[in-house]
Order: sequence, then structure tokens, then C-alpha cells
Amino acid sequence: MESGKKENERSGHSEMVPIFVMGKRYDVPASLTIQKAMEYAGYQWIRGCGCRGGICGACATVYRFPESYKIEVGLACQTVVQPNMYITQIPFFPAVKKTYDLEKLTPTLETLVKLYPETLRCLQCNVCTKSCPMDIQVMDYMAAAMRGDIERVAELSFSCVMCGLCTSRCPAEICQYNIAILARRLYGKYMTPKAEHLQAVIEEITKGRYDSMMTELMETDEERLKKLYTEREIEPEEADEMWTPKDTSRL
Amino acid sequence: MSYTEELKRLIKRVEATRMARVERKRRGEEYPMLSLAEREERLRKYHPDFVEGARREIRVGPNKGYAISPEIADLLESRSRIDPDKVDLSRIDYETDVLILGGGGAGTSAALVAQEQGAKVILATKLRHGDANTMMAEGGIQAASKGTKDSPYFHYLDIMGGGHFKNVPELVRTLVMEAPRVLGWLEDLGCMFSKFEDGRLKTLHGGGTCRKRMHYAADITGAEIMRTLRDEARNRAEDITVLEFVPAVELILNERGHCAGALLYNLETEEYLVVKAKAVVIATGGSGRLHIQGFMTTNHYGATGDGLILGYRVGVKVCFLHTVQYHPTGAVFPEQAEGLLITEKFRGAGANILNIDGEQFVYEREPRDVESACFIRECTEVGKGVPTPTGKFGVWLDSPMIDILRGAGTVEKEFPGKHILFKRYGIDISKEPMLVYPTLHYQNGGLEITAECETTVPGLYVSGEVSGGVHGENRLMGNSLLDVTVFGRIAGKNAAVYAREKAEDAPLTLDHVKRHHKEIEEAGIETGQISPMLLPDYSNPEVRKKQLTAHYQGTIR
Repeated sequence: MESGKKENERSGHSEMVPIFVMGKRYDVPASLTIQKAMEYAGYQWIRGCGCRGGICGACATVYRFPESYKIEVGLACQTVVQPNMYITQIPFFPAVKKTYDLEKLTPTLETLVKLYPETLRCLQCNVCTKSCPMDIQVMDYMAAAMRGDIERVAELSFSCVMCGLCTSRCPAEICQYNIAILARRLYGKYMTPKAEHLQAVIEEITKGRYDSMMTELMETDEERLKKLYTEREIEPEEADEMWTPKDTSRL
Repeated sequence: MSYTEELKRLIKRVEATRMARVERKRRGEEYPMLSLAEREERLRKYHPDFVEGARREIRVGPNKGYAISPEIADLLESRSRIDPDKVDLSRIDYETDVLILGGGGAGTSAALVAQEQGAKVILATKLRHGDANTMMAEGGIQAASKGTKDSPYFHYLDIMGGGHFKNVPELVRTLVMEAPRVLGWLEDLGCMFSKFEDGRLKTLHGGGTCRKRMHYAADITGAEIMRTLRDEARNRAEDITVLEFVPAVELILNERGHCAGALLYNLETEEYLVVKAKAVVIATGGSGRLHIQGFMTTNHYGATGDGLILGYRVGVKVCFLHTVQYHPTGAVFPEQAEGLLITEKFRGAGANILNIDGEQFVYEREPRDVESACFIRECTEVGKGVPTPTGKFGVWLDSPMIDILRGAGTVEKEFPGKHILFKRYGIDISKEPMLVYPTLHYQNGGLEITAECETTVPGLYVSGEVSGGVHGENRLMGNSLLDVTVFGRIAGKNAAVYAREKAEDAPLTLDHVKRHHKEIEEAGIETGQISPMLLPDYSNPEVRKKQLTAHYQGTIR
């Protein structure tokens, strides 16, 4: 709060620019993001505010300049205001999300198409890519989806914040980001090899291998615990995967 | 806004020392780590927890006399949003087996496991499902997954050392022993962790770790975990009902003293809703948006400590709230990114910390509180901080070293989130360093729980950042994503079992709120403040002055 107010006060000294929030004009400091500028104008965020850090996708925003036909997009928490921008918030654009049991799926084109048949309606018009605030090649991953190349969909969509801007503008009415998360989960579960070392440790835990070590630590007094802590062997930063500690008695 | 001419000139000093530092790294030579005694000295002299006025005693409730940050104490001593006499508890809006408050990592994990136990679940959350600090966690999730070099034994030791040996041992034991299992669960749900071709999980060091056990999904590990958990919860919509934009404002007990639901507030229609439940899980997260000591924060918009208030009012004690975690590397430039988290993974991958002369002054992977104290010391007493255009100070985090050490393109590939964020402001972090300063990051303490996530109130379970004890007085990187998934699952399971086997029906009551109000009055506290806060107040005070007919209750109408 204090810091929020200070932000406003401090920025109050900078140059002011006009912005239009859903048609209404407000004069705001030029250095602010859309999110902070709307707060400066008197708005309180409820919908349309999330992490304030560019990762949750809650503050999808479209805007346009008076002389331009072009619709621009951004995350309100990341985009700095510009003079005369017309701003509209679009939190929660309606979008289809199919429910499924991941255990019963196979990582194939058939799975994608059965759950999201509209995938095949993609026109490859590229509006989705142009509307992505994360610079994701949405059209390219949709092309990969139509080929059933799930690995490629997963790779290309990895940074998706699921803000819904692509879906809001798709003429084929596809919900790209829900297709993408299905692909990523199929890829993560079925197409990358399992971490065998992890399964091995889980088995050892289940068999009780570490139980006595834990009891030992929990019964150790603070002084001795500090000694054990200070003397523990540190894996060198530049060590490779093959590194093993000298003392293997507590492994 | 790219770097100013002045900052560009200072970056030249960083560049001048860079190759020599890279060579030292390649030889395996590190800047010396501080001893435990030196760590203690730095903390006492420079950490914000120890400055004058950092703590004051709580005057009401089960922890009367315990000194914590005034910002949290104020809320614990505040009146309820509602008048308990005006709420009609006989008009029940929703009824369920398990009610989960909070839609982040802990709440959603709890929902999934409770559902698997056969429970009908309502998950109520203040903002959108998944909009939570979990989503923002970047660096990774710890687990001793590599038996040839690591074990829960070493994970335990690291956690205790990081937490100043004050952690609750039983909680730490549960955390480290469940860690590999939880990682396996997430892998099975389809989380895309960064792996080698053969499926082996990639691992890095974090501050205070003796083994590389930080598993990650590039630099958006929390987002990857959160969106996977949310997707899975949505797949089980028949049993898991998600209510968004309805924060809880009070817990509801029954006349036997068991937790039996909560009063929710619809942020849009301004209605209060009664939810009756056989068991309740508080998973509302932390309190970074209270801006303790005026610090900038890495936290999510909704992180206002609501769960602490709810739990405290029904008599659950708090613990470890006397310490607050400041993450060493928060962005201080450009101003638009101020406070944002720069993941510790940058330092895990080899980036040095430097002062205005391009000199290293601290080992880059001390535990977070120690590292933060060292940054503050360099910028204050030593006087070698880098001044920013807004009159603040920072130190350099030399990210370009990573591309030199690990190959061109590493920064862009391993840190896509931060790379694109800075690119928006005209800064290429694979070629230019970042300017950082400690930022409010984590609520180390919280409501007291057992390793089964039980509280002293039957039917009330707590998990995640709102709980205290696991991390002692300071949390290590990579243990919060672990905390929310491990204890979220435990809370979900135990709440569901309680609902099925132990819950006893009885009339609902808000008498605890009346008792709380009475106690405030008797203590002579008349601040007029109400809690939980629900949302921080960033709207322009000048505008508020003109809202002549608006009636604010705390920060919102």
C-alpha cells in the first residue's frame, strides 16, 4: 500500500499522457504500465489482475491508436502506456476446455482431433501469432497439431501464459491454448522417458532405506547438527552428472 | 526503457572484470563462503528483520505477547469484515465434504487428492483459479532424486541450516521424504520438467544446497506445475467445484468447536455466501502484498495474508512470523519491472554478484537472508551500490557470464521468461547484466500445523505458505513448490478422511468472531481497520477522495 502510493506519487512527477480506458479519457504518468496507469486513474483491479509479473495471463489487454486500424495486444502489467491508446480489458474470454482422463489417452493426432475437432479448422491465418503477448509462434504450433507432431506443439507453446488473446481473435474459433496444454501434458507424460533415478529413490524410501538416517537427524542436538551441516560435502558447481561424494555412508 | 547512458558506462566496469571471473569459475575457484558466525553477524547488522521497529507484540489471541512485523500484527488485531449477528447461518448456499480456501499449488493439490479419496470438493479462491504465488515461482523444486550423490539426509541438513536450525523437525522430515514421491506424481501428471535425452532430470544448485537437487521447467517451474494441476482439477469438474473471485472472510465453526465451513464474499456482487463443509483446508498463501517495511515485493496481487487471520480467529496459533524473507535478487531497473523476481537459478547457473566497480563481494549462493543482508551492506555501509535513475540502489547480477560458461544461447533457452521480459524494455540479459536489490518474497512463518496438516481445531487443515515451521526462520529456494505440493496433498487426504470418518454435525456458529471483537475492545484497540484485507490498495487516493458515496470496508467496497 505505502509502496503503491509512493509509486503513484513518484510517478506523478513525470510527464503525463492521455489514455482512453474503454473510451474514457484519463491523463496518466507516461512511465506507468497499463495496470498501474489504470490504478492511477482510480480503477481497482479485481478481474484482470493476477501476478503483476507477466506470468499468469490474467491481464490480457487489447488496444489501438486513433489513426491505426491495427489491434495491438499486451499484458497490462507489462506494457507501458503510450499517448492516445484506446485500451480494453478482456479477462476470461469464453473458451472450450474438454475434460479427459490423461491415463487413458495416447499421444496421437487422433487424441487431439477427437477432443478438439476444431483443430482441423485452422486457416493458418497467423492472427493468433500476431496476438500473442509472449511472442509464441501460435500458428506454427497449430500447424504442428494438425500434423499430430505433439512434441513440436509442446516445445513451441511452452511459455504460454494461457491469457486467451489468441482465442479471442481466432476466426476459426479454436481455443489454441487448451489444445497446447493437452499436448504438453501428453508430451510430458508419454513422450519423454521417465526419470528412472527418481523411481529408484521412491522405491528406496518406500522400503525404509532412509528411516534410520532420519531418526538419527531428528535426535541430534543443535550443536552436533551444526557440525554435520558445516562439514557436509558440497557438490562443485562445475561438476558433471557423474560426480559422487567421497562419503557415501548417508546415501 | 533500456539502460541509461550512465548505467551503460558502469556496465563497462562489469565487462572489464568478466573474463577473469569466468576463468576463475572454470578453475572451480569460488568466492569464499561465510562461516556460520559471520552469517549471524551480517544478519544482525543488516537484515531488515533486525532493524528498529521491525517487530511488535500481538495484543490479542492465542499468541498474545509474541512480537512479529507490525503490518501482520495490525491485521490480526483488526475487526471482522462482517457483523456476526447479521449473518444468517441457517441459509446455506453450498454444502460439501471438503472446502478448500485458496486456488494455488497447495489448494489445488489438496483438491486433487481429496477427490481421489472420494470427497466432493469445493475450491474457493479470491482471484482466478491458479492466480497465485505458485504460478510465479521460477527457479525450481527440490528433491533428493539422485541416489548416487544425494539423499533425504542431506536435503534435511540443508533445510535445517537454511532455517537457522529452528525448523520443526517432523515437518522437515515429511518434506524431504515425500519430495521424490511428489516429483514422480507431477511427472506422471505430465509436467514438462527439463530433462536429458534419457529421461534423467536436470538439476542445479540453489543457495544453501550441498547437492544439485533443484529440478526445473526452464525458468517457469511454478507456472508449469500450476497450469498442470489446474488443468487436472478442471478434468475432474464433476467432483471439484471451483468458485472464483470469492475469498473467504471468516471460518464457520459448529457448536462442538469443529470447523464446519466458511463465509465467502463475492467480490463482484458483494454477497456473502455460507458454505457448510465437513472439513476445511486453508491454503490461502502468504502476505507479500502487505509491503512489510515498505519493501517492494515479488508477490501475487492477492497475497494479503488472509488465511492467517481466519485461522488465528478460531484459535490456531502462529509461529515463525518473526522473520520475513527478502529475496536477494528483485529487479530495480527498469522501474516498470520493479520488485519482480529474478530467479536464484541465475546464480545457480554461475552468474556473479558485483558492486559498482564490477567487484565480487559475496559468494552468490549463501542462504537468501544472508545474501540479502550482504547486498544491503554493500549498498549502505560499504557505499558501493549502483544508483538507479529513480534514486534507489542495486547490485549487478552478471547474467552474460552464463552464456560464456555454458554456451551461447543458454540464457535465452534456460530463462525464456526473464529473457522476454527484459527484451520488452530493450535489455538483452544474455549480453547485459541485471540490476537487483532485495525484495519482499516469502512469509517464512504462519499457522501452526502437525506433519499431518492438522491444527488445534478439529476439521481444520492448513498447508502451504500460510503454515509455519517447515522452513524455520528462512526458506531455501526450491522448497516452496515442494512445500505446497507435499503438504497440499497431505491436507487434502486428511481432510477427506476426516470428512468421511470423523466429522460430526452440529449447529453452525460465528461466536469466535464475537469473542475476538470482545477481546479487541478489552485491549482498547480502536484502529478501525478490518481484516482479512482481501486486496491491496493501489488505487489513487486522490480519486478515492472524490468517491463521495462509496463505502469502503478496508481496501475494497
